[in-house]
Formats: sequence, structure tokens, C-alpha cells
Amino acid sequence: MMPNELATAITTLRPRLLRFARLQLREDAAAEDAVQEALLAATLHADKFQGTAAAATWVFAILRNKIIDEFRRRSRLPLADVDIEQEQGLEETLEEQFDDHGHWAAPPAAWMNPEASLEQKRFWEVFDLCITALPVKPARAFAMRELMGMETEEICKELDISSSNCWVLLHRARLGLRDCLSRRWFGEN
Amino acid sequence: MLSCREETELMSQALDRPLSFGERFQLSMHLLLCKGCRATKKHLVFLHTATRTWREHHVPQSVPSQPNQGEIP
Repeated sequence: MMPNELATAITTLRPRLLRFARLQLREDAAAEDAVQEALLAATLHADKFQGTAAAATWVFAILRNKIIDEFRRRSRLPLADVDIEQEQGLEETLEEQFDDHGHWAAPPAAWMNPEASLEQKRFWEVFDLCITALPVKPARAFAMRELMGMETEEICKELDISSSNCWVLLHRARLGLRDCLSRRWFGEN
Repeated sequence: MLSCREETELMSQALDRPLSFGERFQLSMHLLLCKGCRATKKHLVFLHTATRTWREHHVPQSVPSQPNQGEIP
């Protein structure tokens, strides 16, 4: 691939890379850095790529590793007060759904025709917003599992947590998202 | 019989690991009887579809991004 071809490919790819990184890293500056590093690595290997698709695949693989590195680094840092509060907030929201016996206090209502939402731009804005509203630890596990498609074992290894801990985080993330989408998109209450 | 809270944990785990025969069986029985858990199952399946759509939109096709996915019984 010629450098000018690569430059064109990068211009097209960059916004998608940024959206991918931003939803997971939740900080514009960190997302910019990760994308910049991945693209820089690609320009150094321009001669190896046969076409735009190969370059895109390669850059994404690099970006994915950069994001995992950053997750690993962050997972070793103590949680900030605001993160702890957010975690307690989610915990309370989830607790309120069940009674003392663990049965539904107020059974969740069905969503009307949810698949149609996938076609709506506004839905994806709310989806982003709800993922961003999750506490940092469940959000990280969820991003690795669902946004990057990693296996639980791999996630446990990278974050240095047990499988059951990972399942708990994923469960909380999913119920938290369900709650947020119910309130902000599917219009309960 | 497990509580609804425990059933939602199992339903979530079904997306991440294969459930045992016993777990599948008792989850299916619970779902027959519990409307709230049936709604939750649909929500979880939809969330899973939504994240897959997100991934397909953002990640180039050739990147293997979706390894073994479970299914809620």
C-alpha cells in the first residue's frame, strides 16, 4: 500500500476508531491517544498492507490491544470516590427491583418492538449514554465482553479477577443497562 | 427453586458460559412460571443483539470479534 493510499484510508477510518475507543475508555483524551498510537503504528507498516480492508483490520487489532492495556492499567488503580458512589447507586437500583426473598418487587415490563430501535439514530445516542452511565468496573467488563467480544477467561486474566467476579460484573452491567434503557428509551414510568 | 434474582444471574451467565443440564432445566421451569423473568430474558437477548449490531457497525468484518456466544435457554 502506498503512503498516500494509507492516508486516505486513515481519514475514513479515524472517526469509527474514535467512536469505538471513546465508548470504552470514556475519556476523549485517552481515546484520542489510543487511536493516534494505533494509526501511527499503521503508518510505519504501510508497505505491508494489501489494500484498505487489511489495513483497517490491522489498525483495529492494534487499537483493541491499546484499549485492553489501558483497562489493565486502570484496573490496578484504586476507585475514585465518584466511582464508588456510582457503584453504590447501581447496587441500590438493582436491590430495589427485588423483595427480601429475591423475587421481583415490581416485575419488569416488556419492551414494545425493541428491534425497530436499532434503526434509529437517537436510540444509539441513548445506548451510548446508558453505557457511559454504568459504574466503571461493570462497564469495563461489559466493554471487553460485549463491545470487543472477548471470552470471560481472557477478561479475568487481563483484569486479574475470578470468573465469578466477572459474571457478577457482567450481570450488574446488563441489569443496569436494562434499567437505563427502560427509563430513557422504552419509556416506562 | 431459585429466586428471580438468582435466575437473572443465571440468564446473564448463559450468555458467557454453557449452563449445566440442571441449570438449564430449572431455568426453563422458572421461566414458564415467571412473567418478570420472561421479560428480563427478552431484555437481555435484545441487549445482546444491540451490542452485536454496535460491534458490526464499528469493527471491520474481518476482525474475529464474536467468539462462542451462549444462548439463554
